[in-house]
Amino acid sequence: MAGVLEGILTSPIGRKVTAKAGLAEPPRLRRGRVMPAGSVALATLPGGGIAGQVLDALGISPVEPLLDLPEHRTDDEKGRPQPPRYETRPGALVVDATGVRDIAQLELLRQVLRPVMKALEKSGRIIFLATEADGVDGLEAKAAAQAIDGIMRTVGKELRGGSTANLVLLAPGVVPADLASTLSFLLEGRSAFVSGQAWRVAPRKDAHDGSVSAQPFADRIVVVTGAARGIGAAIARTFHRDGARLVVVDVPAAGEGLAKVANELRGSALQLDITAPDAGARIADHVARVHGPDARIWAMVHNAGITRDRMLANLDEKTWASVLDVNLAAEMRINAVLLDHDRPGALAPDGRIVGVASTSGWAGNKGQSNYAASKAGVMGLVRAMADDLADGHVATNGVAPGFIETEMTGKIPYVQREVFRRVNSLSQGGQPVDVAETIAYLCDPASGGVDGQVIRVCGQNMVGR
Amino acid sequence: MLERHAVIVGGNRTPFVKAGTAYVQASNQDMLTAAIDGLVARFGLAGQKVDEVVAGAVLKHTRDFNLTRESVLGSALDPHTPAVDLQQACGTGLEAVIYATNKIRLGQVTTAIAGGVDSASDAPIVVREGLRRALLKASHARKPVDRLKAFAAVRPADLLPVPPAVVESRTGLSMGESQALTTKNWGITREAQDELTLASHQNMARAWDEGFFDDLVTPFLSVGKDKILRPQTTMEALAKLKPVFGGSEGTMTAGNSTALTDGAAVVLVAEESHARAQNWPVLARVVDAQVAASDYVTGNEDLLLAGARAIPELLDRNGLSLDDFALIEIHEAFASTVLATLAALEKNGTGTVDRAKLNVNGSSLAAGHPFAATGGRIVASLAKMLAERGSGAKGLVSICAAGGMAVTAILEGV
Ligand SMILES: NC(=O)c1ccc[n+]([C@@H]2O[C@H](COP(=O)([O-])OP(=O)(O)OC[C@H]3O[C@@H](n4cnc5c(N)ncnc54)[C@H](O)[C@@H]3O)[C@@H](O)[C@H]2O)c1
Repeated sequence: MAGVLEGILTSPIGRKVTAKAGLAEPPRLRRGRVMPAGSVALATLPGGGIAGQVLDALGISPVEPLLDLPEHRTDDEKGRPQPPRYETRPGALVVDATGVRDIAQLELLRQVLRPVMKALEKSGRIIFLATEADGVDGLEAKAAAQAIDGIMRTVGKELRGGSTANLVLLAPGVVPADLASTLSFLLEGRSAFVSGQAWRVAPRKDAHDGSVSAQPFADRIVVVTGAARGIGAAIARTFHRDGARLVVVDVPAAGEGLAKVANELRGSALQLDITAPDAGARIADHVARVHGPDARIWAMVHNAGITRDRMLANLDEKTWASVLDVNLAAEMRINAVLLDHDRPGALAPDGRIVGVASTSGWAGNKGQSNYAASKAGVMGLVRAMADDLADGHVATNGVAPGFIETEMTGKIPYVQREVFRRVNSLSQGGQPVDVAETIAYLCDPASGGVDGQVIRVCGQNMVGR
Repeated sequence: MLERHAVIVGGNRTPFVKAGTAYVQASNQDMLTAAIDGLVARFGLAGQKVDEVVAGAVLKHTRDFNLTRESVLGSALDPHTPAVDLQQACGTGLEAVIYATNKIRLGQVTTAIAGGVDSASDAPIVVREGLRRALLKASHARKPVDRLKAFAAVRPADLLPVPPAVVESRTGLSMGESQALTTKNWGITREAQDELTLASHQNMARAWDEGFFDDLVTPFLSVGKDKILRPQTTMEALAKLKPVFGGSEGTMTAGNSTALTDGAAVVLVAEESHARAQNWPVLARVVDAQVAASDYVTGNEDLLLAGARAIPELLDRNGLSLDDFALIEIHEAFASTVLATLAALEKNGTGTVDRAKLNVNGSSLAAGHPFAATGGRIVASLAKMLAERGSGAKGLVSICAAGGMAVTAILEGV
């Protein structure tokens, strides 16, 4: 039945009807390592300057943004004053608000935003840089810092045509090289489904020079769990594109798909249930076997996950425990083993760990108390680990996907699915590759300043924060 | 020159299923390719060249004259990987391992994949003699009317395809009927056969539960586990089955005989120092091998007991006795084959097999028996078990084959 309805709604006539009902064809997003077609405008507000240096390091020559000042306005045919108009559509606007400390300065943000809101090309970008509230002194400065967050989230919701808005929060002491990988990610198509998000960049802990490359993982070993299909397979493919040597892990029952992924990517497959007590040791042993005893894992991506949805009124201890074990406890046990850097095949001392959370962990979801517990737990874990490992060079982060088009979500009835995929600023579901790109960004050797962060890949979903 | 040893590094197979079930649509080539690809994935060999792949099938279509090479080309291996087809009935898989081992020891190859595959579902349909003659005549006829005439001689019975039963052409007896004679000759009881069968199922079920096969099997066509395996079977259930060979008085049933099975199995064999340099697990060395054949046509000897001829020769040459082995794998073509082989070994003075060492993780009665795949299955499992037991642990394999043959080998943990 759902299939019939889907057929009607996506037929040529159906499309017209759905368009009238507000279900217009969602914009096609720019993806991959692709820069915006138009120019990058840079607004450096008083006290800023670092963004310009980062763009310079990335080889980008920014243009001046237009400002909505009364003297720049012109009247339309009805005599209403209009903001100045860009002659060609800019591809992105970078707003360096790192020096903003008082409420009056927020007007400067309005001035650069108004002309660009309708001018931005499709899949355009508005990227805010601000100093994190903890890094500024005084009540007004802290309030102003938080105000920028509110502006960014609103911009994300007002933008059309697949454009996104995000905010980079700078920790004290950040230098341009700390930010290169983040700005490159945000400008490129890799961040297609990341919008309305704010995360923190701190000074890099490791010795990497911060320069970006299209092959950041050349000769680096990346382990991805749950990689036989869906998001995990996309993660593996994305790391492969960027040069990594893959070790893909999934349960023995999924071995057929797993072998296909491994062979396609010239990696290797490990059939392993991650809840096995010796899972961490078996991952390390496999890495040592395939890549030699001196080899170390560069990035460990904990993607394997399950749902066992039940309303709490119907939830027994087995259903509860299985989800927490696969989605959270197994990850902790594996990390504990791999963080013994001396062990052959363990994590590199400057490696990366990424946990896959979920917007359900952020906002909660009916029937998913066990899943939400596990996914919120993942967020808590990666943040706590970042604190715990602050003295070392390992960075731990998380991603929280929203609605992603996979086999799993394909099973949701059509009408419900259509609602789920529409309730975000980009009015569509994300692709597995969108989650993958965000994880690859977090694992980039140049992203060492991103630690203890959880980035939502949800197209600015309406649920949650 | 330093002595070169051939070692088993790992193995991979498809789950085995009853013929005519989950793999009906799969050809030998599909299954062998899948088994190779699973092995390639496990060891990260995609795009790499293996020095040689050797495998075979017992039931083969003529189009599969280059089955192994075609499978390699369809796999993720470097296309520069050469391959050879080899066939020795049910001994094919083990004979393939021996072929690879010998080449390694002679320095002709350093790495090899050896194994086999059989589909009893996709077995070539053979036409009966009457129809074959008519078809030949028709193809030589010049006029259409002659072509039609050629078929006039065809009787309805000629149109029935010959089922893919493995029948010994010299005795006209199926393998089961031959074995029924052996079972009777050696006085093997129904109860003893059923006990061995039950042990096979129970042992293999336990091995699956313990995850023993997690790195030996890759699912195929959405089948994750062996489908012939009956973890819940009991002596009572086995006792209820009707005899299928040896007439109404027979003791051989569908339970204590192997079912027609589809599946493929391969092992990765390598020269020992190379395996170590690659950080591959060195599970077991292939120490020696011996084939033998029996004079079964005259009826003086048994069709499937050539193992009892090969084993003493093999032990003699290596200065070993049965007691020196930690593990013994005797292919369970039929439960009574194993039991008669044990009896024959006792009778000919070779010795007594300690049943606690026999087929400890189950064998063909539980797994099924895709003819040419059985050798790869047994060698991979035995090598893994020997590695678990440690350096010096020895294992003996014996696989009986059509034509009154048997292929045997010694493996040793390193
Ligand atoms: N699809 C979405 O919209 C969405 C949204 C939010 C979060 N996520 C999360 O993203 C991750 C991937 O999701 P997906 O949609 O690709 O799901 P999926 O079910 O298609 O894939 C998950 C994979 O993990 C494997 N797996 C499960 N348990 C395992 C275990 N014990 N050991 C090893 N492997 C195991 C499965 O076999 C499967 O291949 C999951 O953690 C999921 O919770 C997905």
